[in-house]
Amino acid sequence: MNGAVTLPIVGRDICKTFRLGTGEVVRALDGVSLEARHGALTALVGPDGAGKTTLIRLVAGLFTPDAGALNVLDIDVVAQPQAVQDRIGYMPQKFGLYEDLSVQENLDLYADLHGIGAAERQRQYPRLLEMTALAPFTRRLAGQLSGGMKQKLGLACTLVRSPELVLLDEPTVGVDPLSRRELWDIILHLVKDEGLTVLLSTSYLDEAERCGHVIVLHSGRVLAQGTPEEITGTAGARAFVADPPAGYTARGLQARLLGEPDVIDAVPEAGRVRFVRAAKTGADLPIALLADAKVESVPPRFEDAFMVLLRRAVGDRPTSNMKFGQPSNQRTDKLAVEVRDLVRRFGNFIAVDHVSFQVRRGELFGLLGPNGAGKTTTFRMLCGLLPVTSGTLQVAGVDLRNARASARQHIGYVAQQFSLYGQLSVTENLEFFASAYGLRGSRKRARIDWAMQQFELGRLTHLASAQLPGGYKQRLAMAAALLHEPEILFLDEPTSGADPMARREFWQRITMLAEGGVTVIVTTHFMEEAEYCDRVAILDAGRILAQGTPTEIRTQGRRDDSAEPSMEDAFIAIVQEARSVNRSKDAA
Amino acid sequence: MNSATDTQPIRSSRKLRRVWALIRKESLEVARDPSSIAIGIVMPVVLVLLFGYGLSLDIKNVPVAVVMEDSSADARDLAASFQLSSYFAAEFTASMPHALELMIERKVDGVVRIRSDFSRNLAMGDVQVQVMVQGVDANTARIIQTYAQGAVGQWAARQAAEGKTTSNAPVTLLSRFWFNESSDSRYFIVPGLVVLIMTLIGALLTALVMAREWEHGTFEAIFVTPVRPDEILIGKATPYFVLGMIGLFLCIFSAKFLFDVPLRGSVLVLTGVSILYLLVTLATGLLISSVTKSQFIASQVALLVTFLPAMMLSGFLFDLRSMPTAIRLFTYALPARYFVTLLQTIFLAGDIWTVIVPNAAVLAAMAAALLVLSRLATQKKLN
Repeated sequence: MNGAVTLPIVGRDICKTFRLGTGEVVRALDGVSLEARHGALTALVGPDGAGKTTLIRLVAGLFTPDAGALNVLDIDVVAQPQAVQDRIGYMPQKFGLYEDLSVQENLDLYADLHGIGAAERQRQYPRLLEMTALAPFTRRLAGQLSGGMKQKLGLACTLVRSPELVLLDEPTVGVDPLSRRELWDIILHLVKDEGLTVLLSTSYLDEAERCGHVIVLHSGRVLAQGTPEEITGTAGARAFVADPPAGYTARGLQARLLGEPDVIDAVPEAGRVRFVRAAKTGADLPIALLADAKVESVPPRFEDAFMVLLRRAVGDRPTSNMKFGQPSNQRTDKLAVEVRDLVRRFGNFIAVDHVSFQVRRGELFGLLGPNGAGKTTTFRMLCGLLPVTSGTLQVAGVDLRNARASARQHIGYVAQQFSLYGQLSVTENLEFFASAYGLRGSRKRARIDWAMQQFELGRLTHLASAQLPGGYKQRLAMAAALLHEPEILFLDEPTSGADPMARREFWQRITMLAEGGVTVIVTTHFMEEAEYCDRVAILDAGRILAQGTPTEIRTQGRRDDSAEPSMEDAFIAIVQEARSVNRSKDAA
Repeated sequence: MNSATDTQPIRSSRKLRRVWALIRKESLEVARDPSSIAIGIVMPVVLVLLFGYGLSLDIKNVPVAVVMEDSSADARDLAASFQLSSYFAAEFTASMPHALELMIERKVDGVVRIRSDFSRNLAMGDVQVQVMVQGVDANTARIIQTYAQGAVGQWAARQAAEGKTTSNAPVTLLSRFWFNESSDSRYFIVPGLVVLIMTLIGALLTALVMAREWEHGTFEAIFVTPVRPDEILIGKATPYFVLGMIGLFLCIFSAKFLFDVPLRGSVLVLTGVSILYLLVTLATGLLISSVTKSQFIASQVALLVTFLPAMMLSGFLFDLRSMPTAIRLFTYALPARYFVTLLQTIFLAGDIWTVIVPNAAVLAAMAAALLVLSRLATQKKLN
């Protein structure tokens, strides 16, 4: 009862450092103060590495802070972690379901551990199973559930005791957009209708808008705290949408706008460019690029404010020497990649199911889909790393089934995981890959110089590549893949785990490469990144559900009731439609 | 006021329910995880069959060349005792150079030379038989030498019994192997297997499954519940304790019925000391995985710290007294050493309390210390 008076979480000046295996000390949290309110949804928002997980683990009593005070449910969690753990529910980022236990057995385990009696179970189980739509699967082993279902089961296990406070660490990470939406419906229902107190963390900025109270974290510090509306307000009336002038693609304009000193953020959106200016309107300096463009002022959204806060915290964007000339359209109708009826089986499992698409030279092509849709498998076959089960594959005019080695001369591949030699320096890595591609003498030197300059690696040449900061690792990987001047560049999930600023810089670089005539094929599970592509294919469960320009996809995913669907809305609509068609086919 | 007394039984019943939930969860995982079954059940069976049937330290049918430079009846009588012995496969030859040739070609492992003056010397009461043994494998050589001495000795004894020898007959050494009368190595190998199997299940398997929870992140969610560290340890240890006891009875059964090893002590005492050893290995396994938190490192450490010493330095395969002093002193720190002594005593000698009490006391002390350490090492913290 006293809980109504005091706040469920009160933290003051919390610091936490970690010592890495290399002896390096990382400041995960640097003087963080926070509050959460009863019966409300509080969100910790920030890019990967901001300190969200560390903070949640401190609240759960799993870490001890180096300094500061932290009270949870009016208990000093540092002194009495068990007393807190007796009363809260906690869902870690990788919820540790016992995969050899069934759905019911996992629920029973948590009910027993929380000391839930038989009568209470009678009341809770049907409610939880209905809410999570897991009722038909109670006997299925947790290891055989899809990613989204696993997260829902984790949530059910966390809620089995009706906790006074629920901690959810990135509950929607690695989950397909459809399941993400369903999980959010459950969480919002619990908060609004049942008065549950929730603290969750997320790196999806659109999710923050749905919370009652938001704490923006970056590099272990709180950038802002307040309602989403208050935080969005910091962007003021500085958001605009511009139509690209003649001769420009949306991403071409966006990449150039990001280079303007006065522009904080720019993203392509529905064939136009949304951007945020630093200076207040009125004192505006005209942007030469937009002289002929139609520019419209729009209300800001949370992401705009987030970028403003981030820029304020980081200071100026590190000067990039990316130079854009006049846009050039080198696109031809010649095909770079042609895939017909591609199939790949692993035992009984069909990872890629009759996939067909074409990519023209100079095109920027995106393969979109949730985790497990078959994107990486398709990629590996395109790069000749994995034999195909059936179907035809032409890459750079070469049939991959009988001439893999010669096709590889034409392609560059950047894998999802960092796959360079961590112990070798930047220069050593580049020299090794240049030799591996058969470059010698002056050409080899010229290409390495080009890579150093193009990817701005000059300052870091002698650092072991394992010690490079995240963004630079990816630059090095791209540099290595481009040494032999391939016609086609494959990038597998290049932006996953990167913060919003690094993601924008990456796309800027890709735009420059594409304007230089390189064909780029890229996979991503961020639906909004489809806007950067010339054409995209949407993959789900091994099948292509739709392909075309982003505008075409959005039109296809339009529902009667909504005005202009976002890429994610369109994706969900297309997936739901495909699934209902399948279901009715199965029924027939 | 009396709320404290009221909640006491409720609290302990909640605790029991949590422990029971963890035990049930662990048992279901063991039953459904092929790798646990492989290490817990299949591996002990394979070890029993492999060591029981495959590994034998006894030597039979050793090929030897018997050089008959004397063809008298006495000499033939002696040669016959080599021929009839089941330990030797004798090949007769009259020429020493031929015998040596066989030895060099490794067609025989030993040469027994009955010299031309054998009968004459025998009459004078001074028998000399030359035995040469292939010394490449020192252990085998020593055994062959002992067997040869035995064969000659038995022959001499027979001669004496029949009154054939002269008054100053050579003194023969009569040896008898106590507790293992037929000197069958299975008698100590099969009981010794109990050590290996219990070490495998107790330390290796437990270290693996505990580290797996750290790796899979399953502990993180479990920690933020009312569950206490001691309950996690009990829940983890109990199913593997049961598995270890199954291994023990598997060994006792196969020892008695498959390999005819006598069990001269009582099953009760045997079970008692095995429980002590199992507690030691379980606590070691829990301690290792709590410290390393990684399956790969935990398994390497468990093999290095528990399994290999149990095999090499416990007196199971190699005699402790023949080890260098430093290593012998080191073996006093190994729980397996005490358990092997106990096993060999209980199986082959009986309930000899003067041996059982001190060795069991050491095991009990080790078990207590390791259990306390593993409890201290298991904290509900992630750093």
